[in-house]
Amino acid sequence: MTTTNTELNSIAAQEYRYGFVTDIEADVAPKGLNEDTIRWISAKKNEPQFMLDWRLKAFRHWETLVEADSTPTWANVSYPPIDYQDIIYYSAPKAKEKLESLDEVDPELLRTYEKLGIPLDEQKRLAGVAVDAIFDSVSIATTFREELSKHGIIFCSFSEALQERPDLIRKHLGSVVPYSDNFYAALNAAVFSDGSFCYIPKGVRCPLELTTYFRINTAETGQFERTLIIAEEGSYVSYLEGCSAPMRDENQLHAAVVELIAHDNAEIKYSTIQNWYPGDRDGRGGIYNFVTKRGKCQGKNSKISWTQVETGSAITWKYPSVILQGDDSIGEFYSVALTKGRQQADTGTKMIHVGRNTRSRIISKGISGGRGNNTYRGLVRVMPKADNARNFTQCDSLLIGDQCGAHTTPYVEVRNNTAHLEHEAYTSRVDEDMLFYCNQRGLSTEDAQSLIINGFCKEVFRKLPFEFAVEATRLLDLNLEGTVG
Amino acid sequence: MTSIATAGVTPFAADLDSLERDGFSQDPQWIRALRKDAMSRFNSLGFPTARRGNEEWKYTDVRPIAQAPLRLARAGEAPEPTASDIAPFLLGDGSWPRLVFIDGFFNRGLSTPLGGQEDASVLSLAGALHSRSATARESLGRLAPYASHGFTALNTAFAHEGAFVHIPDGLTLEKPAHLIFLTASREGHTVSQPRVLVVAGAGSKAAVIETYGSLTGAPYLCNAVSEVAAGPGASVEYYRIQRHSEEAYHVGTTQAALGRDARLDSFTLDLGGALVRNNLNALIDAPDGSCALNGVYLATRSQRVDNQVTIDHAKERGTSRELYKGVLSGRAKAAFHGSIIVRKDAQKVDARQEDKNLLLSDRAEANVKPAFWIYADDVKCGHGAASGRIDEGSLFYLQSRGLGEEEARNLLVQGFVNEVIDKVKRPSVRSHVAELVKARLKEL
Amino acid sequence: MLEIRDLHASIDGVNILKGVNLRINAGETHAVMGPNGSGKSTLAFVLAGKPGYAVTSGQVTYDGVDLLGLAPEERARAGVFLSFQHPVEVPGVRLDQFLRAGFNALQKSRGAAELDPLKFDRLLRQRVKTVNVDPAMTKRAVNEGFSGGEKKRNEMLQMAVLEPKLAILDEPDSGLDVDALRTVAQGINGLRTTENALLLVTHYQRILNHVVPDFVHVLVNGRIVKSGGKELALEIESEGYDKYEQPRGEALPSPA
Repeated sequence: MTTTNTELNSIAAQEYRYGFVTDIEADVAPKGLNEDTIRWISAKKNEPQFMLDWRLKAFRHWETLVEADSTPTWANVSYPPIDYQDIIYYSAPKAKEKLESLDEVDPELLRTYEKLGIPLDEQKRLAGVAVDAIFDSVSIATTFREELSKHGIIFCSFSEALQERPDLIRKHLGSVVPYSDNFYAALNAAVFSDGSFCYIPKGVRCPLELTTYFRINTAETGQFERTLIIAEEGSYVSYLEGCSAPMRDENQLHAAVVELIAHDNAEIKYSTIQNWYPGDRDGRGGIYNFVTKRGKCQGKNSKISWTQVETGSAITWKYPSVILQGDDSIGEFYSVALTKGRQQADTGTKMIHVGRNTRSRIISKGISGGRGNNTYRGLVRVMPKADNARNFTQCDSLLIGDQCGAHTTPYVEVRNNTAHLEHEAYTSRVDEDMLFYCNQRGLSTEDAQSLIINGFCKEVFRKLPFEFAVEATRLLDLNLEGTVG
Repeated sequence: MTSIATAGVTPFAADLDSLERDGFSQDPQWIRALRKDAMSRFNSLGFPTARRGNEEWKYTDVRPIAQAPLRLARAGEAPEPTASDIAPFLLGDGSWPRLVFIDGFFNRGLSTPLGGQEDASVLSLAGALHSRSATARESLGRLAPYASHGFTALNTAFAHEGAFVHIPDGLTLEKPAHLIFLTASREGHTVSQPRVLVVAGAGSKAAVIETYGSLTGAPYLCNAVSEVAAGPGASVEYYRIQRHSEEAYHVGTTQAALGRDARLDSFTLDLGGALVRNNLNALIDAPDGSCALNGVYLATRSQRVDNQVTIDHAKERGTSRELYKGVLSGRAKAAFHGSIIVRKDAQKVDARQEDKNLLLSDRAEANVKPAFWIYADDVKCGHGAASGRIDEGSLFYLQSRGLGEEEARNLLVQGFVNEVIDKVKRPSVRSHVAELVKARLKEL
Repeated sequence: MLEIRDLHASIDGVNILKGVNLRINAGETHAVMGPNGSGKSTLAFVLAGKPGYAVTSGQVTYDGVDLLGLAPEERARAGVFLSFQHPVEVPGVRLDQFLRAGFNALQKSRGAAELDPLKFDRLLRQRVKTVNVDPAMTKRAVNEGFSGGEKKRNEMLQMAVLEPKLAILDEPDSGLDVDALRTVAQGINGLRTTENALLLVTHYQRILNHVVPDFVHVLVNGRIVKSGGKELALEIESEGYDKYEQPRGEALPSPA
């Protein structure tokens, strides 16, 4: 028994594999944040007036929050205060004015993506994946735009969308996550530099998986991207984002906002594989991942599904949520969160049932190793008019070693007696009997553990597009490596 | 409206000063020092009225309490109750040790205390502060932390009247100790602050029942604090039966500490109260301690009932089981906040927690927050929560067997709570609880 | 092949095995019978190396090596297979993937080629036929939601895939109805060769009607109190264990 313990305890030895820095000249904003920074960013991006006005409103609101010292403090994470004047709010790789094809992209940058295992080339066409890549703050290349545009789908960087379809942006921006939503949403609204935009017209089933890769490269940079996805009546889209960052001793802030809008009978599937730099094993460096993600099932019978595999970041603070407004709408949240080393994750979801016959499902799998702390925090709220709302929640935690923590704090608020809610949670360590059973079939303890943990996460991985499910499994294995010498 | 907290020094501080000069003046020095310290804590804490960042009181807004023109109850301000007044609250036969408190004051005439120095004793706390000073001092104010809890600080600041139950090592309290706290004042806005100290020595056995109730329709606050110390191998049954009027505010904190191999069986029944908040905390601070904490709450009209149950597994091989069920009708609102903490040394802990709510009306509300805080790896912890209305399928099944809808509904509600009531360990308490529940369900 | 000498073992400080002696040669089938609590399962677990069981004295040699010195997976790789009385559920892990991982671990340790999923699938389909189980079982998570009978059949399938030299079957018949018992027994018989050996641990005699043992040993209170041929099983069936259990605590004569 003791042997097994020691073996399990030696987890978290695996080093971060995406921690290289790409040497590219960057166009950076001066450090610090004031109205001029915001005007500078907005001018740099040649934005319409309404956009600048919105940013400034957000900024002024954020300033009041700073003054009132209203950073969120309820999450189960701890970190030193962030100096918001010590961050670069805009950093773009210096490149040609406009990129027409991948040939024009800085080869150094393309090599970066290769190292990340993201070949931005024809292979992706075969794989049926359209890619938008955000490097530090700016969108680098969007593939397959033409093919998508045949279907009337717009998939481009947020900046481009702002130039080409300001009407759509103006109508929807902030409609799901207003700038006043929380401290980081306000900050993001003021300074966001780019992101992805996606519009699926009525009745269109998007033929490709849409993918965005995010990478933070420049030192002392914050990344503040903003994603907006609109699925018109009867449309469908599956969207995936991946993230990585170089290894640096100092912490970097990532405060993104994602807004999803699903109209009648539309479905949005949003998957995330988050592997930001988690810091070293003593907790130096790493990304602060403070993200606000929310979808609105605005139309009848619409569906929004969040799937996330969170293995990176020093601190994760993230609650992808669904407002179930349309009758018969469905919200889903599938999550795997792994913390090791000194990582802290406080993540979960909110399902707000507003419409009738709305249904939600929450499956959360937390794995804690090393000195990591993993918290599931979730809210299920059934509003008075949400007749026949249904929720099923299952959040399980697995503990590896005795230095880590696993915490579960669900909030269940029911204001309608026709609602039916079930919540189940279970916390345990990797079962000794299971390990022995695997050993008895010839598997080493390390392999057995990896197998058991992958099995534990299966229900979530199954929700990922196939090739990303493979990637997620590999990522989990990489992160769990080093259990047996 | 100015809340007490912002006033700096509360009106209660002056009350304490005058009591210390008068009724409390003969008390031992240690309790006077304790009260003084608690008063200064309450002066700085006030009531937990903040609505932002106040996770512990998220679902319980105590501003109605903080804003009420509360005053300390005076001895004898209500007419002397008769035996028939208190008869509805009694249980067991006349041989049970019983202490009755009216508006917080010990009523000798209605009570049957127990105890000699060497035996198990059930005594008035005010007397025990003198006769059992050493035992009382060891635990009183030591278990229930008042440094960060306004209500506990306020109770501790006036710790004097109350009950003292002591079972020396190896002894068994043959009959359950029944402690009855009734409010009778008709003037209203009184504060009574019962204090209970239960000290169960190594290997001892005891059962303690606290009953809270009203002999008046006037509003009041009952702010109770109970401390239960279960020594190594001790087995304690702890029952709380809350039957206040629907005008009453009740805040009750029970803090139990379990020694090695100790066992705590608790059952809480909430029937009355306008605003009720119970904190039940069990600290399992030695190996192999175990507890079962169960409860039923029934609420209707505009009642607010909030149960916070925390089990702190600090040492290895502890076992805990929790089952709470609520039935809500009208615009009643209930909250259940159950926390299980498993600390680093608490390997091989097995904990299970469950809360279920049945909502009988479309305006009733149930908020549930079952939380885990786990720092040990070799543990088994589970929790479940469910909220919903009566299952239509079951209803139809019963109706198809000839039962009227109303009858079928009652049967199902009864069945829903019976699962918890069946867990009440002592038969006499179980049947008492079952009767009270049955009667109250008719009013829901 | 296997030699157990004066084996003493305990769990949580309680002595369970109090001097077991047993010798098993290739091609033989041995049945160990005993009442509840006699130490049958403990013997099986100690041989397979389950953590938590402490061997306090005695030796076990398997093919000339000290079996007790090997980690559980090393024993498995050396050809020791344990069919569990209560097979463990491994949620989310598909049986075919689980078996391929085990099979390849064995292959690798023997210096043989590992099989890719396609080749392994072919092998697995063939074994599925050998032990006569539902092929759909291999696409389900290991034992998850399996009925009692399915779990037992699954153990036989695993045995067929891993082809052990020494198979220890801990109550392979418990909880089975007559039909299922026959299927499981057929599975076991189909896997018997002159190269391997079987150690069958059981409370009841009935499975021995189908899997006929060469030797029967009666284990009572942590010791083998009598050994004999298959007729010994029938004797126990009619007379029970009572006469071996009495008088309690007193030393019984060791088997010859």
